[in-house]
Amino acid sequence: MISWKSLRRSNILWPLIALGVLLLFNLFFTPHFFRLEIKEGHLFGNLIDILKNGAPIMLLSIGMTLVIATHGIDISVGSVVAVSAGAVAILIGGDLAGNPKYPIAVAMIAALLVCTAAGMWNGMLVSRVRMQPIIATLILFVAGRGIAMLFTNSLQLWLYAKPFAILGQGYVLGLPFDIYIVAFVLLFTYLFTRRTAVGMFIEAVGINPTAARLSGINANNILFWVYTFSGLCAGIAGLIVCSTVMNADGNNAGRLFELDAILAVVLGGTSLNGGKFYLFGSVVGALIIQTLTTTIYAFGVPADVAPVVKAFVVWAVCLLQSQRFRSRIARVFVRREASA
Amino acid sequence: MTEEIPVLSMKRITKVFPGVKALSTVDFRLFKSEVHAIMGQNGAGKSTLVKVLTGVHQQDSGEILLEGRPIRPDSPLAARKLGISTVYQEINLCPNLSVAENIFAGRQPIRFGRIDWKEMARRSEEILKRLNLVIDVTQILSSYSIAIQQLVAIARVLDISSKILILDEPTSSLDETEVEQLFKVIRSLRNEGLAIIFITHFLDQTYQIADRITVLKNGEFVGEFRTETLPKLDLIAKMLGKELSEFNYAVEKDQRKRPLAFADKDAKNVLTVKDLGLRGSIAPFDLHLNEGEVLGLAGLLGSGRTEMARLIFGIDGANQGEIQVKGKKAAIKSPQSAMMAGMGFCSEDRKNEGIFLDLTVRENIILALQAKNGIFKYITTRKQLEIADEMIKSLAIMTPSANNRAGQLSGGNQQKVMLARWLATSPIVLILDEPTRGIDVGAKLEIMELILDLSRQGMGVIFISSEFEEVVRCSSRIAVLRDKVKVAELDGENISEASIMHTIAGGN
Repeated sequence: MISWKSLRRSNILWPLIALGVLLLFNLFFTPHFFRLEIKEGHLFGNLIDILKNGAPIMLLSIGMTLVIATHGIDISVGSVVAVSAGAVAILIGGDLAGNPKYPIAVAMIAALLVCTAAGMWNGMLVSRVRMQPIIATLILFVAGRGIAMLFTNSLQLWLYAKPFAILGQGYVLGLPFDIYIVAFVLLFTYLFTRRTAVGMFIEAVGINPTAARLSGINANNILFWVYTFSGLCAGIAGLIVCSTVMNADGNNAGRLFELDAILAVVLGGTSLNGGKFYLFGSVVGALIIQTLTTTIYAFGVPADVAPVVKAFVVWAVCLLQSQRFRSRIARVFVRREASA
Repeated sequence: MTEEIPVLSMKRITKVFPGVKALSTVDFRLFKSEVHAIMGQNGAGKSTLVKVLTGVHQQDSGEILLEGRPIRPDSPLAARKLGISTVYQEINLCPNLSVAENIFAGRQPIRFGRIDWKEMARRSEEILKRLNLVIDVTQILSSYSIAIQQLVAIARVLDISSKILILDEPTSSLDETEVEQLFKVIRSLRNEGLAIIFITHFLDQTYQIADRITVLKNGEFVGEFRTETLPKLDLIAKMLGKELSEFNYAVEKDQRKRPLAFADKDAKNVLTVKDLGLRGSIAPFDLHLNEGEVLGLAGLLGSGRTEMARLIFGIDGANQGEIQVKGKKAAIKSPQSAMMAGMGFCSEDRKNEGIFLDLTVRENIILALQAKNGIFKYITTRKQLEIADEMIKSLAIMTPSANNRAGQLSGGNQQKVMLARWLATSPIVLILDEPTRGIDVGAKLEIMELILDLSRQGMGVIFISSEFEEVVRCSSRIAVLRDKVKVAELDGENISEASIMHTIAGGN
C-alpha cells in the first residue's frame, strides 16, 4: 500500500498537486471540462484529449528523464520525431488507394531503427568523443530536420494507408490506442531501471561520474545507451505524431517538442543537475503541460498570448517544487504563528 | 648578508575559513634578486598565503608591506597592478591561439580601432627574448612543448613593472631537461632583480633553485631558512612538524608498536607489478604484494604515491609495464577491469572521487558489488539491505539507517562507507589512498585497526598515508617514493619514521 508518509517523501507529490490544482481550476471555471461522452463505443472529452495529445511528449519525457539523470540533455528529440515521421511515411508511401509500399510493420520497425541509430550517434558523441551533451545533440537538432526533408523530398507527405492510423487515432476498450503505448513504454522503462541495477548506475553517473568510474561502473556505456534509448523514444513518438495526422512534415513535426519534454522532466522533480530521477513524475509533468495547453485554449486565450500564460504557470510550479522556496514559505508561517 | 629591506613582507597574516584556521600569524619575507621556496605538506597554508598575496583572499588580520608601503589587494587584477605577477599551476592559456595572442589576450595593442598585429608580434618577441626564448610568435601555442607553453605563461604575466613573480608548481608536468630550461630562465630573471616565489613539491628542485625556504605547517609559520643552512633531512622533519631527535628516539618505540605477526613467509603472492610507469606521472616501478601483507607507500606530498595507486587500479592508463594478479597476467585498462581482476581502491579524494552524497548509504555500499555482478544480476533491495546492515555493523558506521543519504554522515563514516563498498566485493587486493585523511583521531584508529584486521584475514592491502607514523604502524613493508620515483623498500627492522625520512632525504 502507498502510505501518506511514503507519498510525502516521494517526489511525485508536488507534480501531482500541481496537476490537481490545474484540474480543480478547470472544474470551477471551464464548463464541461470533465464531461465524458461515449460515441461509437469510444470515450470522448477534454480529459481523454489531454491523455491522447500528451502522448508524444510523455514518451519523449521518459527517454529525456534518463538522459537528464546522467547530467545530460538531449535537444535533438524534436527533430528525431520528424525523422521518424519522414522515414515511416516514405516507406509506407502516399498511395491514394491506401496500399503501403512496404508492409506497415516493416516501415515502422525501419523508422524506429533509424531513430535508434540517431540516438546512438548522440550517445557516441557524448560518451566517446566527450562532447558536451547540449552541443552533441545540437548537431541532430539541426541536421535531423534536414534528414527528414531528405526522406520526404522536401514535401509534406500525406498517407492513406488506413491500418497505420490505428497508432494515433485508434481506440482499444474505449481508450485511445496511444495511451496504451505510453503505458507500456513507461512500465517497461520503470521495470528495466528499477528492477535491474540500471537505475542506480544512471543516478551514480549523474551524481558523480568520476566516482562512478572508480566504483567499477562503465560510465561510458551507461551514457551511450541512455542517449540511444532517448532516440528510440523519440522514434515511437514520431510514429504516433505521423499517424495522428497521417502526414509527415519535416519542418513542423515535433517542432519545439524537446523543450516541452525537458520541461516535463523538470516539472516531474528530476533535477537538471542529474542524479535521482522520477519517471512517473516526468509523465505527470507532461500531463501538466498538456492540461495547461488545453485549458488555455478552452479559455479562448489567443494562440499568440498562450505562451505567456504557460510560462507563468510553469514558473509557479517550479517555485512550488523548490525545496528552498518551500522551506522559506514554511518559515514565514512559523514566524507568524510564533508572533501571534 | 646585510639586513636589506625586503621587497615584500607579510606580517602575522591570519586567515580563517568557516571551520578552519588556514593561516595563523604567518610571517613571510621576500627580497630582491632571490628565489624563495614555500614548503609544506597538504593543508600547510601555502596556497592560502599566495592567495592572500595575489588578492584572491583577504587576510583577517596582519599586514602586507610592498616596498615598505602597506597594500591590501582586493582582486588578482589589483595585485597585478601592484607588480605581483602569478603563474598558476594549471596553465591558463588558450592552446588554439597564437603565442602572441596568448601573451596579449585582453590587452591587445590597438591602432586605428583595430588590433595591431605587427606591434603585438614585435612586443611578444621582445618579452620572450627576456626569457631567452626565440620562437615564431605567430604559431599557435599548442604546436610548442609544455615547457615553452610554461614560459609563455610567464611572459604573459611579466610586465616591465613586475616586482614579484609567483610560480605555483611550474614544473609538475615537465621532464628533466625542460625543468633545466625553465630554471635557467628563472635564474636570469632573478639576476635581473626580480623576487620570485617558487612553490613545488619536488625537494631536489627546491635545493637546485631556491635561495631561501619558508616552511609552513598546518597554517603556522615554522621558520625561514637560507637553503644552504638547512639540510634536506631537517627540512623534511620541519615539514612534518617533528624534531629529528624525536625521530631517532622513536625507532625503538616504533618496533614495539608494530604488529609483526602477519609477516608470513609462506604467504602466496597476490599482486606483482613489473616496470609499470606513465610518462609525466610516475617513473616505472616494480611492486609485489603477498596475501595478508600491508604494503605502505610513504613519501611526501606529490612524491607519486597516488599516481602509483591510480596506475595499478587502471584509472590512468600506463604506457609500459604489466600487472599480475595471483600470478596471472591481468590486462587492466580501466577501474572496471581492475575490479574484475579482484582489486578495490578507495580514493584520497572522498568528495570528488568516492562518495555519492545524494545516494543512500545502502546504494553507496552496494554499487561496486553490483557493478561487478553486472546490470542484470540485480541484487534485490532486501539483499542490499542485508549486506549494507552487515557492513554498518561490522565497520561500526554511525548512521540512523542504511537508507539515509550518505551526505548526512560525518567524514569518518563516509570513509567507512567507501571501505564497505569495496569490502562487499571481497577483493584480493585493496588499495587505500589516504583513508585516514580529514577524519577525527578516533576514526583514524578504527580504520587502522580495520586494515590490520583485513590483512589478518588474508587480504593484500596497499596503504597510503602522508602520516609516516601511520604507515609505520600498519605496514609489514614500505615502499618509499621521492619526486615521482620509487626509491627504496623498507622491511622488518628497517621500518621506522626515521628511516623513511633518511631514505627520502638520501638523494639518488
